[in-house]
Amino acid sequence: MSSCADSSPHSAFGRPARLDAVPSLIRHLCTLRLRRTRRGRALVLGSLALTLALSPLAGSAADAAGRPARVGSKNFTESVILAELLRLDAERHELTLQHERALGGSAILWRALLEGSIDVYPEYVGTLTQELLHGLPQPVMERELTRALYARGLAASAPLGFEDRYALGVPEALAARLRLRTISDLSAHPELRYALSNEFMNRADGWPGLLRTYGLAPRTLRGMEHTLAYRALAAGAADVVDLYTTDPEIEAYHISVLADDRHYFPSYQAVWLYRLDAAARWPALLPTFDDLAGHISEPAMRRMNAAAQLEQRDETAVAAAFLAQLHLASSTAAHGAATTVPGGRESAAATEAGESSAIAITHQLAARTREHLALVGISLALALMVGLPLGIAAAKLPTFGRFVLAVSVVLQTVPTLAMLVFMIPLFGIGATPAIATLFLYSLLPIVRNTLTGLTTIPAPLQESAASLGLPEHVRLLRIELPLAARTIVAGISTAAVINVGTATLGALIGAGGYGEPILTGIRLNNLPLILAGAVPAALLALLVMGLFQLLERWLTPRGLRASHEG
Amino acid sequence: MFSLEQISKHYGEVVALDDVTLGFGVGTVSAIVGSSGSGKSTLLRLLLGLQWPDHGRIRVEGQLLERSIRLAIRRRIGYVIQEGGLFPHLTVRDNLALLPRHLGWSRERIDARAHELAALMELPESVLRRYPTELSGGQQQRVALMRALMTDPPALLMDEPLGALDPLVRAELQERLQQLFVSLRKTVLLVTHDLGEAAFLASRIVLIHDGRVAQDGSAADLYQRPADEFVRRFVAAQRIRPAGAP
Repeated sequence: MSSCADSSPHSAFGRPARLDAVPSLIRHLCTLRLRRTRRGRALVLGSLALTLALSPLAGSAADAAGRPARVGSKNFTESVILAELLRLDAERHELTLQHERALGGSAILWRALLEGSIDVYPEYVGTLTQELLHGLPQPVMERELTRALYARGLAASAPLGFEDRYALGVPEALAARLRLRTISDLSAHPELRYALSNEFMNRADGWPGLLRTYGLAPRTLRGMEHTLAYRALAAGAADVVDLYTTDPEIEAYHISVLADDRHYFPSYQAVWLYRLDAAARWPALLPTFDDLAGHISEPAMRRMNAAAQLEQRDETAVAAAFLAQLHLASSTAAHGAATTVPGGRESAAATEAGESSAIAITHQLAARTREHLALVGISLALALMVGLPLGIAAAKLPTFGRFVLAVSVVLQTVPTLAMLVFMIPLFGIGATPAIATLFLYSLLPIVRNTLTGLTTIPAPLQESAASLGLPEHVRLLRIELPLAARTIVAGISTAAVINVGTATLGALIGAGGYGEPILTGIRLNNLPLILAGAVPAALLALLVMGLFQLLERWLTPRGLRASHEG
Repeated sequence: MFSLEQISKHYGEVVALDDVTLGFGVGTVSAIVGSSGSGKSTLLRLLLGLQWPDHGRIRVEGQLLERSIRLAIRRRIGYVIQEGGLFPHLTVRDNLALLPRHLGWSRERIDARAHELAALMELPESVLRRYPTELSGGQQQRVALMRALMTDPPALLMDEPLGALDPLVRAELQERLQQLFVSLRKTVLLVTHDLGEAAFLASRIVLIHDGRVAQDGSAADLYQRPADEFVRRFVAAQRIRPAGAP
């Protein structure tokens, strides 16, 4: 029983403090993450936030007399709505619940529950059996799950009534045309383009097992950010996406969910996961669970998600509306044992949980490096071809210069994620939109430094150059550009280093590169996986910087070096 | 060689030159003298087509100075400024070679001319392989003069060429310049604020004040027959007697 989360490959999630050592690059990535990471385990950001959030919460439940019970939620809409449902319904039982909102991913909530920082939170059975209780023999049986939870002073309630499972979806029109109803139907169409979330592609209960179970052999397969995958589908750049069965986008984008006819995906029934001591201390908790048990259907949950996410309504208001309807329509069904737990579904892939580790990563490193270098190299080369002439033109024509500089500054302020979204309708998904994005970001340092380098040539030198009687282009090539070379190379170097970092975000739209392990690692709170991308990226950045320093040295004639040292 | 006809040049409110009419004959050596900001440097820049007058016309060798011919005009004029204006990324030899190379001179011709000028300026040939920052101030100004003379232009414009040098180096270079002006027979316009230097090097002195010509004549004229109170005070402030003055 002690072989729980701490001994799993993801043990790092238990020690948020260690994550402070993660390079700032990753923290940068975290700030760019999307609102929803769904069932993904803790985000690095989440763990940092939790460290802060928990610090004022003194110790365990036992020693904090008189405090209200606390319900936690994960950092995505559905979890927040569920926690609000519980809080509002508890009021009917004269129980005050404090809602610790959107704390982080599963690992964070799990940890907080074990430590007594929260007393209950909504969880999915699949997450429990596949991820949190990693050491359990597979398949997980109901009895074993109950026992494993009990050993930790925890229990799970009766199911809420809906599942939030993984599934595959295709556009309704395509489904109708190709007569796709089940995942098996896909095997006859290897030409379909798959855009799968990076997390799904790497999870034990995700793509690898699905591939085997259904014998799929897609010709086009890209790893992407989940929300962007929906955009790609809508833009016609992809045909098949993975989805969660309560995603509001399913209706919004007219997606047909394919039936899992071989019962591959494990059950992800929603339950309340709570501390046994809390149930004893606040007896009104269990009746509150009973109120909601079995009453939240998949369509109902999807509608609530849609109301909050697509219609931007407040989660509390959404929850209140649902409760009002529920209590109007029915009397509460007297459900029995609150500790009933649906059995963990058999999952072939789950037994290979630890497989996607060091060996696979090493094998992928070369490919990731190639992808990353291509992204950085091509975008930088394009930026040079455009940026240098633009910078020169800007230096010669002040009005045009101000315009060019303003445009490149504005481009720089567009968040990377937004830029990638703009690029999808233009370039589809994959490396091309990522290169276009990096190209635009590289322009500013190159244009600005070319402009600065040329306009800050000392006045006597400019005057001498002009007085010699050399034509403009000869002056530029033989005098002005060499004098500005240092500044220009510094700009190119800045662009290159920034590109190495920013290119990691290309993985959001299927461009590959070091970003793929980083993004996946962040979602799964898997530090080794994060480092497998972040360390090579950091090394590459250093290498690029070093190369440019050499280049600068080589480009700088003795005369200029002496003048700078003297 | 040069003629300025009713030239005016303003920088915003500031008047640099105000209705100035001057002529400089071929082979003459003239000094433009005046206090700082009197518009004397502007005069040289106008002749090179580095700036353009608000009013008036400029002729160089009889040709009206216009934008279309400014490169050709600049190649007829050697220009030396106070800071030398040598390009730090090029060796002395490459600094000298900039224009000749563009004009299609052979390597041998460039090197021969460089050696010839080095001898003329009393510089060792090893200087040619050095970078400007490796030279003394006096050497830098000699190289700047060499660059101005590379293609043997008929005119030489010098803007405070010795202004940044210490007195001994300066005196030595003044001697050298005097000999050169005699032997080279070029039309020379020398801008300086030092009346003594002007009197030593030039036969004609144009004293400019507030953008206008205050007096135009020989050194003796300025000392003995100052045109107005300003000229008298300017001459007195220099505390130097011209050669041949009583």
